[in-house]
Amino acid sequence: MRMSKIVRTGANLLYPFILIFGLYVIMHGHLTPGGGFQGGAVVATAAALVIVAYSYDEVTGMLKKTAMKARESIGLLLFIGAGIAALAVGAPFFYNFLANSGLLFGMSVPAGPNPGDLNTAGVIPIMNIAVGIEVWGGLAVILLYMLSGIRKEES
Amino acid sequence: MIPSFIVENSPALMVIVPLVAAFITPFIGRISSGIRSLWVGGAMAVTSAITLILAFDVYSAGTRLYVFGARAASAAIPPDSGGIPIRIIFEVDPMSALMLVITAVSGFAIVLYSLSSERSHTGLESYYTLYLLMITGILGMVSTGDIFNFFVFLEILSLASAGLIAYRIDGGVAVEAALKYFVLSTIGALAILVAIGIYYGEYNALNMAMIAARMQFSLLDQVALVLIIAALAMKCGAVPMHFWTPDAYSMAPSSITALLVVASQASLYGLFRTVFSLYNVTLNAVTVGWLIIILGVLSMVVGVTMAIPQKNVKRLMAYHAVSQTGYMLLGVGVGLAVLGNQSLLDAFGYMAMEGGIFHIINHAMYKGLLFLTAGAIFLRIGTYNLNRMGGLGHSMKWTMVFFVIGALAIAGIPPFNGFASKLMIYESVFVFNPLLAVIAMVVSILTLASFVKVFHSIFMGPKLPEFADVKEAPMPMLLGMGILALVVVLFGLFPGIVVESLITPAAHALVDQGAYISAVLGGA
Repeated sequence: MRMSKIVRTGANLLYPFILIFGLYVIMHGHLTPGGGFQGGAVVATAAALVIVAYSYDEVTGMLKKTAMKARESIGLLLFIGAGIAALAVGAPFFYNFLANSGLLFGMSVPAGPNPGDLNTAGVIPIMNIAVGIEVWGGLAVILLYMLSGIRKEES
Repeated sequence: MIPSFIVENSPALMVIVPLVAAFITPFIGRISSGIRSLWVGGAMAVTSAITLILAFDVYSAGTRLYVFGARAASAAIPPDSGGIPIRIIFEVDPMSALMLVITAVSGFAIVLYSLSSERSHTGLESYYTLYLLMITGILGMVSTGDIFNFFVFLEILSLASAGLIAYRIDGGVAVEAALKYFVLSTIGALAILVAIGIYYGEYNALNMAMIAARMQFSLLDQVALVLIIAALAMKCGAVPMHFWTPDAYSMAPSSITALLVVASQASLYGLFRTVFSLYNVTLNAVTVGWLIIILGVLSMVVGVTMAIPQKNVKRLMAYHAVSQTGYMLLGVGVGLAVLGNQSLLDAFGYMAMEGGIFHIINHAMYKGLLFLTAGAIFLRIGTYNLNRMGGLGHSMKWTMVFFVIGALAIAGIPPFNGFASKLMIYESVFVFNPLLAVIAMVVSILTLASFVKVFHSIFMGPKLPEFADVKEAPMPMLLGMGILALVVVLFGLFPGIVVESLITPAAHALVDQGAYISAVLGGA
């Protein structure tokens, strides 16, 4: 079942903005309220929007369950990988080896009020990104399964 | 011999390995199912090996701390935190190490069994992912020193278990059992979360050693204690919160049921850890001790009387599991009731606790073994109904031997391990209160009667025509059962060595709250 043309056009227009906003929340997780889980949930609502606006069959061509499941596993592996990397430098699991190192996300934070630099906090942004990917995949899989049930009821 | 990197990081590695393996399993499964079997078996073998290395290290060198995210694994208190251990800490003392041994041995035996018993089912990538997550949850629960982290691992365990209980949908009955388990687990977990909130509000700490050091036993702490005891007694299946166990245990695949037994022991561990390490002498030991004793006696009696009329062999065993949990609660409850009175503790308190704790490891072994034999029988004849079985002793000889070993062990017949731990409980509880010991013995006799009936209806009698072409269970399943049976027999033959090397340190670690606190907070 498809919604009216107005709804579909509205969904088309909103889709990229929802994605961008969700990715923004994920990326700025260490600076602003929100983070991986919240941002991932926002991104997953984009999937919910297009599933509602279009029919389930049209959407499954674009959002595949296997791809979403893979996203879930990859996100979790990236998260654990960020923890294991600390073992490689000789520190305990989850040690924040990137913070203040000058490498990726490695700038040190100046004391006092500052506008917030994205390039700080070490492995925390990486873990936020990992959680974001995982929640995106996980919630999208849940939505796809739940909405596949609705389709059967109508037919 | 063993690289020091592994020994030093073993508390983290034993959680990392199953987690990583769990999430790679779906990808491996796309290549081929044979490679997946190798992968899962290998991952579990590595996890068990690391866990045993850690347990050995704890028994020989004392309590191990592992601080996540710190610069060094032993830096429990960051210099700028004002003396509060803010990081997540794994604190593995001999009691935790005992639970690690149980999980390592059972987990490995059950995965061997699963590789063969679940081969013909679909959805195996989720099965093994959830299996490894269950292992992660149990290992984390029994080694964490942070009470919020305990809640997190409990939730990992509950979610994975609920998924696996519903694994064989079976016309929706298994899903119903899983939903029941899931709803109850969530209520229990919320009760624990409220208790954690109370501790955090009161003591500004989530670290168990820190909370223990600041414990006041105010009214709020009593509320928190009640919430935690109720939730964890429910999770370990003590009467009157046992009603989920028969459904969940009988509907889950047998391999998962055997692991659920271990999972319920982990909840029991949480209960003992809370009472002994968090509260210890601050609580009213006699009242709480008797409360746990009464829970135990109720579980023993109700469990065994409900078990006798069952027709479904797995429901019957599930009720026996409830009944056996009662022995552990009784033993440790008696130890708790005399806590703070050193002379009584030395006279019989320690022995009662050792009996109860010894029964935890024995129960995990023989009950796991019994559930696995039930699964092997189901694989071959496709029913759990005792009235439709018979004469299987002719064709399934090894399964019968393992069943006999498990049944005699659960009934407390020498020379099997159940006898060793039950004898310790009888002797010490008799000094405390003779009536309790008499009840324990009567329950044991009823257990024997029940298993004689089960043994007779499954294995004895002439070979039935409908089971004429029944074969012995496949080799990997026999191997899995064999590992558990070997432990049952060895523990029964040499109980002295086991008690001395594994159980006594665990009981003393549980009672000695000071050592638990000072391991984290230093000598203060």
